[in-house]
Amino acid sequence: MAQAVPAGQKWWSGGKSPFNVEYGKLMMWYFLMSDSFTFGAFLISYGSIRFASNGWPNPNEAFRAFPGLAGVNLPLVFVSLMTFILIMSSVTMVLAVAAGHSGDRKKVTFYMILTIIGGLAFLGCQAWEWTHLHSEGAWWGRNPFPNADGTLATTNFTNYFFTITGFHGFHVFSGVVINVIMLIKNIRGDFARKGSYLMIEKAGLYWHFVDLVWVFVFTCFYLL
Amino acid sequence: MSEHATTHDNAHASFDTKPIWRTFWILLGITLVEITLATIHMKTDFPSKYVLNGIYLILTCAKAFYIIAEFMHLRHEIKNMIMTIAVPACLFIWFIIAFLWDGASYNNLRNRYDRHYAEKIMAPKEVPAEKPGKPE
Repeated sequence: MAQAVPAGQKWWSGGKSPFNVEYGKLMMWYFLMSDSFTFGAFLISYGSIRFASNGWPNPNEAFRAFPGLAGVNLPLVFVSLMTFILIMSSVTMVLAVAAGHSGDRKKVTFYMILTIIGGLAFLGCQAWEWTHLHSEGAWWGRNPFPNADGTLATTNFTNYFFTITGFHGFHVFSGVVINVIMLIKNIRGDFARKGSYLMIEKAGLYWHFVDLVWVFVFTCFYLL
Repeated sequence: MSEHATTHDNAHASFDTKPIWRTFWILLGITLVEITLATIHMKTDFPSKYVLNGIYLILTCAKAFYIIAEFMHLRHEIKNMIMTIAVPACLFIWFIIAFLWDGASYNNLRNRYDRHYAEKIMAPKEVPAEKPGKPE
């Protein structure tokens, strides 16, 4: 997207976008700004409640399971795998965008399929994690995990965990749907006919945003 | 983020696949460092929790920077574009400080003036977790 810009260019004198991007892409950025404040409000509310509590469950006690390894104490391992999957699918998404820039339709298809697989894998991991926590008695309104100091915990911990990871998972799901639509349009040759793969780039922005939010969710719920 | 001027020397180099993979390794490396630190802390209690949390926050911001700058390509846009995103995002600085401060202050007030709350919350957990909804 970035173009060679002549020195002394007057951006605000009219006739062209002062941001030097296409309208739809700018609007995607503004949508992501607003969405980041939605997520920010959720996470900051979580932080605020956590600061207002005398005790809080130890995440390494709550999240320590791995599929197929019942009873083994593996804190952080499964969530690291989920993080890796999401970062990886972000990489394949940029590669799809890069392929779009050079107008390589087959490569775009290939990388879009990989991105969709990554998204589905992440959703699968999250579904497993939720099911596992539910089987341990955690859900909205009930929290089986005591505070780290052994005192009785409130249900704030599970309420925030399920709400925020659920909202993030919903974003991942919509991202996968958007990516599938882009894949179909690409296979039909819509972008090639138009001569522009900008729609892939806009879907990519959304997808990276989902990855970005996960970075914060990961820190807030699993590390801090 | 302001080190990039409005001019850009090479339009195509920015979508080279090399910086993409470099960013990937950086993100993966930072995540591994975080997990390693967490594991060391679990085993030895060595970096105290406060120090560790500070490190986590710095590393998280670094990861966020790389995702936004490289994957979302914002670093390669013109300055006007960068500023229209970066300036409103500064609201988060106030947002985080104000609300965490407020939470901590509420907790202090309750602990100091509401004995019932303080005693209830300090009670050790005696019974193992029971499914809610069941009569006691």
